[in-house]
Amino acid sequence: MRKKLVSLENIKFKYEGQKNFALNDVSFDIYEGEWLAIVGHNGSGKSTLAKLLNGLQFAQTGTITVNDKVLTEETVWDVRRQIGMVFQNPDNQFVGTTVQDDVAFGLENVGVPQEVMVERVQNALSKVKMSKFLNQEPHHLSGGQKQRIAIAGVVALQPNIIILDEATSMLDPRGREEVLETVRELMQEKALTVISITHDLEEAAKADRIIVMNKGQLYREGTPRDIFKMEKELIELGLDIPFSIKLSKALQKNGVAIDYGHLTEEELVKDLCELHSKM
Amino acid sequence: MLDKMIFGRYVPANSVMHRMDPRAKLLLVFFFVCIVFLANNLVTYSLLGLVTLGIILLSKIKIRFLISGLKPVLLLIIFTFLVHILFTKEGKVLYQLGWLEIYEGGLRQGVFISLRFTFLILVTSLLTLTTTPISITDGMEELLNPLKKWKVPVHELALMMSIALRFIPTLMEETDKIMKAQIARGVDFSSGPIKNRIKAIVPLLVPLFVSAFKRAEELATAMEARGYQGGEGRTKYRQLHWGMIDSLCMVGLVILTGVLVLLRS
Amino acid sequence: MRITLEDVEYRYQANTPFEHLALYDVNLSIDSGSYTAIIGHTGSGKSTLLQHLNALLKPTKGRIIIGDRTIEAGRKEKQLRSIRQKVGIVFQFPEHQLFDETVEKDICFGPMNFGVSEADAKVLARKAIQHVGLAEDILEKSPFDLSGGQMRRVAIAGVLAMEPDVLVLDEPTAGLDPRGRKEIMDMFYDLHKKRGISTILVTHSMEDAAKYADEIVIMHQGSVFKKGSPQEIFSDPVQLLELGLDVPDTVRFQLKLQKELGIRFDKPCLNIDDLAIEIDKAMKRGNR
Repeated sequence: MRKKLVSLENIKFKYEGQKNFALNDVSFDIYEGEWLAIVGHNGSGKSTLAKLLNGLQFAQTGTITVNDKVLTEETVWDVRRQIGMVFQNPDNQFVGTTVQDDVAFGLENVGVPQEVMVERVQNALSKVKMSKFLNQEPHHLSGGQKQRIAIAGVVALQPNIIILDEATSMLDPRGREEVLETVRELMQEKALTVISITHDLEEAAKADRIIVMNKGQLYREGTPRDIFKMEKELIELGLDIPFSIKLSKALQKNGVAIDYGHLTEEELVKDLCELHSKM
Repeated sequence: MLDKMIFGRYVPANSVMHRMDPRAKLLLVFFFVCIVFLANNLVTYSLLGLVTLGIILLSKIKIRFLISGLKPVLLLIIFTFLVHILFTKEGKVLYQLGWLEIYEGGLRQGVFISLRFTFLILVTSLLTLTTTPISITDGMEELLNPLKKWKVPVHELALMMSIALRFIPTLMEETDKIMKAQIARGVDFSSGPIKNRIKAIVPLLVPLFVSAFKRAEELATAMEARGYQGGEGRTKYRQLHWGMIDSLCMVGLVILTGVLVLLRS
Repeated sequence: MRITLEDVEYRYQANTPFEHLALYDVNLSIDSGSYTAIIGHTGSGKSTLLQHLNALLKPTKGRIIIGDRTIEAGRKEKQLRSIRQKVGIVFQFPEHQLFDETVEKDICFGPMNFGVSEADAKVLARKAIQHVGLAEDILEKSPFDLSGGQMRRVAIAGVLAMEPDVLVLDEPTAGLDPRGRKEIMDMFYDLHKKRGISTILVTHSMEDAAKYADEIVIMHQGSVFKKGSPQEIFSDPVQLLELGLDVPDTVRFQLKLQKELGIRFDKPCLNIDDLAIEIDKAMKRGNR
């Protein structure tokens, strides 16, 4: 049994002056070392979740436990040291005037000595393959590069968990791929737990687990294979299904004798290969 | 026009000036601004001119670029020159045309004041041209550090300044973007009666403020998420290095001051 | 309305140390009533190019012919307003341009700048708000009380209300969720079909380019790299990938199958159903 790293119990949250609950009685667990995708259309409450996990907002009722510690006003700074966050807008989280200053910002905050900082900044930047950009200013970087710097800033602090709060939604396809690739590599290397809040279903298909949010409630929880079985429902929720699933369905309709529900193109290619060799 | 402005701009290069400690540069510029007022005759002004020229050469900034950058303030210099020529009535009359009289003292004052003005602008521009704004901030923070004893929030001020510097290009870009979007919707920012032009600012300012507030809010959230809790217990990543050249320049400035005092009339 | 670019060059901050050549040797003609997609990655010059289409930027060399007007490099141009009324631009994240107290006033802003009376502008606003799929009662609200998706639609309505002949769209769906994305793209396509509005779409989405456009222009390092129908453009996917550009999922999948299975396709497939049929055919053919 994998270790529970984070658990949410009966979370209810309402923004000030709003009638409806942004989150209404949400409970789930996050396990160590997994990639959890939280999907939902804009306004489904998924970004509020991210803010609660990091203690940027506090729920009206319910508890959040991170690494056996209940998240409260007192424990919030400890919890934040374990959870790194990458936000949506690449510009509005870049604090430093240059790349290295920005990566160092979090380290300065927790009082890391200068010599250690220099080393950690270098390390973090090489992990995200941005070492050459040490003195670059943010307005000369692409969105994807800025997000990688944000990731470096998180990595430098050596957290257990990374939350990507729609971190790729403002990027072009290349930037998106760069960022996801970087996080995947880091996850492998550092045994990180990744929580990705997204409406990119291709990305969610590669997660270990998916949580679908709708109208502030947990709509469904399961492996990508389970989740994408309810294709019509997902589209009604304002979401989409991955290309490979659409294609395998269209192939079936055309009488190609293959299974249905391929999560990745590779799986589909493999099945087609097998079929082809039998023909 | 804005493209040509050099005031407050940084031009990357690898010169002695670029490598100097920002604290030294700030102190030097500050004292230079003071001693410029010591000059009061041809010899002292020429000396200052030579020193300024020397600094320009040391900075490796192209003189042509500096001059084109001075254009926006040229009008101001010409204006001061004319004011002095027309209103200082000292010494011999050099030229007379109707009511217009130009005195020797007026001409001298005009030339000197304009020169003084030019020196000041050149030297302060060179400071910003060869020092990144963040280094200037660091230098200031270090120089002002003693004030912390009197509860002056030096760290907060420096952080505010560095964030402002960080966001200037972002907000400039944003201004340009919103301006273009509104021009595309038929706004005319550059012609028509003044009243209309003032009205045209509203569709620019409102979105700019809305976006600046949104950015500020998101940035504050991001800073909090990254563990920012104020200056206490914080370490500093950037370190300043005071080198030989910085000390030498300080000594040079003291000598220059002495010479100016000796040579002034 | 036809737009033609001849030998267009554009330099940012010409004659300063910050000078930067953004466009050069651009020759391009966009026909009246066409749907053109401009693709290329960030920094390829496509945003600079699109700002030339309604004279927001004037070329530093060459000329641009917009309908019956010619914008020539180095010449002072007056009365550009008429061009701007005819060529509407929906910028990236257009919700950032909203400013007025009510949605209605904001939508009327464009038309009234072009001399439409307030009463007529209100009629246009009503039409535009329907077009973008919002209810009329939203007209009385403040644009800043709306959700992100609604703000996007209001901003688009503000451009539609100008009744332009040409609509330039710069990544109009960036940041939207899948449903919002599809609705907005379908709406623009509908406008293009029903009203014959020439549409120029700047996009990173090869799916959208392949699905909606009749013509695709590839920008690369400040110049036009290639122009043609989606079929022509995507018939050489390897070349596009070498430029670091994407190809539609369907085309990429074809490429994979060709490599792994060694089967051949007669044409690039631009939608899933088409691809399924072609895979079926190709596999049966391979069998014989």
